[in-house]
Amino acid sequence: MTRALTSVQALGAFRDSLVARRDPQKPAVSVCAGTGCVACGALKLGDALRQEVDQRGLGDKLEVRINGCHGFCERGPLVVCHPQGYFYQRVQPADVADIIEQTVLAGKPIERLQYVDPVAGTRAVRQEDVGFYKHQLRWLLEYNGRIDPTSIEDYIAVGGYRALAGVLGGMRPEDVIALVRQSGLRGRGGGGYPAGVKWAQCRNAPAADGVRYIIGNGDEGDPGAFMDRSLMEGNPHLILEGMIIGAYAIGSPGNPVGYIYVRNEYPLAVERLTLAFQQARELGLLGRNILGTGFDFDIRLNRGGGAFVCGESTALMASIEGFAGQPRAKYVHTVERGLDNKPTNLNNVETWANVPLIVEKGAAAYAAVGTGDVSKDPWGGSTGTKIFALVGKVNNTGLVEVPMGRTLRQIIFDIGGGIRDGRKFKAVQTGGPSGGCLPESSLDMPVDFDHLAAAGSMMGSGGMIVMDDGTCMVDVARYFVDFLVEESCGKCVPCREGLIQMSHLLHAVVEGRATEATLTQLESLSEVVRDASLCALGQTAPNPVLSTLLHFKDEYLAHIREKRCPAAVCQALLTFTINEKCTGCMVCFKECPAKAITGEKKKLHVIDPAKCTHCGVCRAVCKLDAVDVR
Amino acid sequence: MTTTAQLAVDLAPLERILAAHSREQRSLIMILQDVQQEYRYLPRPALERVADAVGVSRSHVFQLATFYRAFSLKPRGKHICTVCLGTACHVRGAPRLVEHAERKAGIKASETTADLNLTLETVNCVGACALGPLVILDGDYHGNMTLAGLDKLLKGVKP
Repeated sequence: MTRALTSVQALGAFRDSLVARRDPQKPAVSVCAGTGCVACGALKLGDALRQEVDQRGLGDKLEVRINGCHGFCERGPLVVCHPQGYFYQRVQPADVADIIEQTVLAGKPIERLQYVDPVAGTRAVRQEDVGFYKHQLRWLLEYNGRIDPTSIEDYIAVGGYRALAGVLGGMRPEDVIALVRQSGLRGRGGGGYPAGVKWAQCRNAPAADGVRYIIGNGDEGDPGAFMDRSLMEGNPHLILEGMIIGAYAIGSPGNPVGYIYVRNEYPLAVERLTLAFQQARELGLLGRNILGTGFDFDIRLNRGGGAFVCGESTALMASIEGFAGQPRAKYVHTVERGLDNKPTNLNNVETWANVPLIVEKGAAAYAAVGTGDVSKDPWGGSTGTKIFALVGKVNNTGLVEVPMGRTLRQIIFDIGGGIRDGRKFKAVQTGGPSGGCLPESSLDMPVDFDHLAAAGSMMGSGGMIVMDDGTCMVDVARYFVDFLVEESCGKCVPCREGLIQMSHLLHAVVEGRATEATLTQLESLSEVVRDASLCALGQTAPNPVLSTLLHFKDEYLAHIREKRCPAAVCQALLTFTINEKCTGCMVCFKECPAKAITGEKKKLHVIDPAKCTHCGVCRAVCKLDAVDVR
Repeated sequence: MTTTAQLAVDLAPLERILAAHSREQRSLIMILQDVQQEYRYLPRPALERVADAVGVSRSHVFQLATFYRAFSLKPRGKHICTVCLGTACHVRGAPRLVEHAERKAGIKASETTADLNLTLETVNCVGACALGPLVILDGDYHGNMTLAGLDKLLKGVKP
């Protein structure tokens, strides 16, 4: 390749030339093309913008940038106009002409596209004025809204690969490991194992043929979590740079190939990463003799097969080897014998993305953010930032990056804007199917690895699902257990059979067939599954059940004693009736799949409880709110 | 025994897929993903050919084909309607959408209509939780879905 950069200095010179060619005052319109915004029509918006620019012959004066996820999914499609930084939300193709004329050409903000704070009523001119962004610390997501993820030049221009150059140009591998250890970085996939400790173990593990593997885990399977997706789609080079630095630190003189394992449901992430690898190879940042330093490392991308369990390290490695993704017992850790029985260092992609930041900022500055003291004990605290997917019954759904140690209340109310439709907060579920539900009394708890674990939940990959009084906690527990029944790989009995029995017991509760003895059985079975399962999937599977039993036992008891679902969710226990608001429009009569509704035009309809299957269609189709549910 | 349906499978695209991958066990899942994409399911003759070409047992390939959710051993429909059942969609009522779609299409989730027009599926989160409940029809995301909206979508893909 003619473009290949053959020295650390050449990279610096290349960056300087990129920066010199760019005019920071040149107008640019950045369109968020994260999944949420794309679903709201962001790509059509991007096309419309480009078309408008072409028609007006403004190609030289204005740049249209398609970015990765900006995070504020609730208000998509999002647009930021540079250089002023004007922030627009819910932008439609019809707004394109105004954006060009008023903002780009005349430099004025457009009021109707601005975000208005629903409580204070104030208008936000720039992104940092929006409450959702104001309380965040966006280290990893900083460039998501500014660079084009398909352009390595964009990444390099904002300082990308500078950390790698610094490492290759003047640090010993041991120094890099020490740096990561001092930073206190802990595994972002959920386990929270100190990355520096893991790297050292892998580096020191004997490798007979000199082969050690590096793996990036992008198999983000937790329902309700999409931070890895946004990083892979929005800033793929950040992950890649972290992995190259890790490969250098851990060392693999034999066969310097790493893997990144990406979930099958994320085709765009696969595309963006594949392109990033190709671009990095062309520039001599990946492959043989990286930046002329004699260091070799390359990466292969594996698409997952759509199995949740493959997020578990040994299952993921089995999957890369071409087997069914079943975990193995970890008497011998993967840092000693992982992929192909060789020393393997696996980290989550968010963990890898932190590595260049640590090199750039230095361990002390990184560790200054967060909780606890990691200077002596790498388990002594949680440092840096964490990205959370804030979803469910919250006003501002989206991706949130905050320093470790912010309270749940700050995240849900200050950033998330509180609960939707003015309803009451009931619980927040963290950590996906392995996590737990935390009640209102936990709202002032700092969010970090250790506090969440002590409260019976876990960090997990960072999903945060907010629930209100319209969410049934028994139903949520049943949902997660049913999810895991399907996703259990079937290798060990406690998980495979135990979860099925737990599901039977939970179904008995939500269908009103349970007695109080059911809860005792559920608890003791939970303990068996937790203690006897082979891998973390089974060991943590009872968490949603145990945490709801601990904090919301009254809801279980209402289902059992009163045959009533307080949140009006569990179908079998619901009674549907039609009230006097009914005008006899016949819509529910026609839609009722059970033919349980009788009535004539303009006369009050009646539901026959004997025929009613509690499906809720009548309530969903009624425009007059004339169907009551109890 | 070979049925007529199996005879109808054109194996030429399969050979192209095989040529694009190294013939080692490590490539199996990626090969099967390409086969799934090409044929919209994993036809038995293709699986047999893959096993022979890579040099693994047929049972090994069958194990992979049944273990991973991404693979289907039955032909799938021309249109794929996927209801997201991620947690965020679940708490916003996605299960009602699945039931509704099942009733309207006359099939259960993960089944295909007899005319091979529509396959109904569920997925455990696609990471677009802000838009829940979410339905994906032929790759297009439709957020904040309602029963009426789902009716409209399904009517749009009637043969």
